[in-house]
Amino acid sequence: MTQWLGIISANRFPTPADTWASLKTIALRGYGNGKLHQHILQSIGLVTIAFLVSAAAGVLLGIFMGANRKIEAIVNPIFLTLRPIPPLAWIPLAIVWLGLGNSAKVMVIFVAAFVPSVINTFTGIRSLDNAQREAALMLGVSRFSYYTEVLIPTAMPLIFSGLRLSLQASWTTLVAAELVGAVLGLGSILNQAAQDINPAMILVGMMSVAVCGWLMTQLLAYLEKFAMPWRHT
Amino acid sequence: MMHRDSLNSQQVMMYSVLGIALFLSVWYGAVALEVTPKQFLPSPHEVLIKLSSLLTQPFSGFTLLAHIASSFQRFLYGFLLAICIGIPLGLLMALSKNTDRLITPFFESIRFVAPIAWVPFAALWFGTGIGGPVLVIFMGAFPPVLINTYRGAIHVDKKFIEAAQMLGAGRLRLMVEVLFPAAIPSIVAGLRISAGLGWQSLIGAELIVASSGVGYMMVKGQASIQTDIVMSGMIAIGIIGLAIDIGLRMIEKLVSKYREN
Repeated sequence: MTQWLGIISANRFPTPADTWASLKTIALRGYGNGKLHQHILQSIGLVTIAFLVSAAAGVLLGIFMGANRKIEAIVNPIFLTLRPIPPLAWIPLAIVWLGLGNSAKVMVIFVAAFVPSVINTFTGIRSLDNAQREAALMLGVSRFSYYTEVLIPTAMPLIFSGLRLSLQASWTTLVAAELVGAVLGLGSILNQAAQDINPAMILVGMMSVAVCGWLMTQLLAYLEKFAMPWRHT
Repeated sequence: MMHRDSLNSQQVMMYSVLGIALFLSVWYGAVALEVTPKQFLPSPHEVLIKLSSLLTQPFSGFTLLAHIASSFQRFLYGFLLAICIGIPLGLLMALSKNTDRLITPFFESIRFVAPIAWVPFAALWFGTGIGGPVLVIFMGAFPPVLINTYRGAIHVDKKFIEAAQMLGAGRLRLMVEVLFPAAIPSIVAGLRISAGLGWQSLIGAELIVASSGVGYMMVKGQASIQTDIVMSGMIAIGIIGLAIDIGLRMIEKLVSKYREN
């Protein structure tokens, strides 16, 4: 099945047996400065930390922008100028500023995750219609419970779809950043394997990237269900 | 804050200017206070001067315009390839259950691989010139085209399909003359997403393996710690990405106008 692509010479295309052997090598003996679980922990750890910080900041800013037109008017132009720059384009800047270590990766993931969380939260807050808002005000809710019981629950579905986009963007960006330069992490497996012309190991790296990405998305979907019990139908 | 005080356009203008001024003054402030050496943080106008000089003076082999041209060419190839395969395949999947069953599992498993993770294979199989980056762009741009075509076509009313079949339309005509026109709005929406993803994947690919292009220029700037070049690259990438999106949005408008008539 893997050999039908005649245009690519067979030794550059991994066979299932090779892939299995590479998987065993990396899991048991290690490859490119670490064993598989070390690479995975490194990548997932970085994404989790940076994603959480960025999503928290993004959702907060989105709520403020949505609730207050002045903040929106001030922040929006800055946002519109920076938004067209894809997160991956921040990688060289992050490396110049922070080097090849973890802090540069945290910076690019932060940039990647920030934009979708802000935009979706903002849209979600704005989706509250006037009737609902006036009803809440008429019932005399305090400012605090207006936020926690009216605005945020209304925005919740969109906040979560923003978080999903953020998470995907974070993951892609991290892999790219690790491909550009890293000692440990899934991207560095890919990089090392590419330099060694080891197609089977590349495939192992890609599969690890896919599986971890999928697991994190599933986890977020689970959290989403947990956070919005009223959406069970 | 509870009352949504709506602002008039003049106020919005004022606050927007305030926002930009704030942003620039923080930037200039950081430069003036020398938070980091000048090499790492050039001031905004210095970046703009560098940007305009890059237009005429070559850096790492080409001028900025030549880098842009080579990036854009790769983008166009990958994007067109994604369109040429994605749209027919999406229509076919909507029409035939068997194709759907055949493609979907394969597609679902590949979708979770970040496009950028294809870079090593792309370079190994197709080299770092045009072929490799094109594969990476394709991997980024393909899924949205396919998914949106499929979703657009699957919602076509069964009645129309049956009517067309009764009038003797074959599969090909059914796809081209019934499903495709019905799916156009959804397809165009997908194209915008896919262009964005494709463009961003291209930049990623160029950062890692390429010998020309805006991403390559930025890596060279990074290696020689010329922050102004890196920032110029970011601006160029942003502007082109924006231009692509505006272009597609115009097509979107044109299509919806045409459909109304």
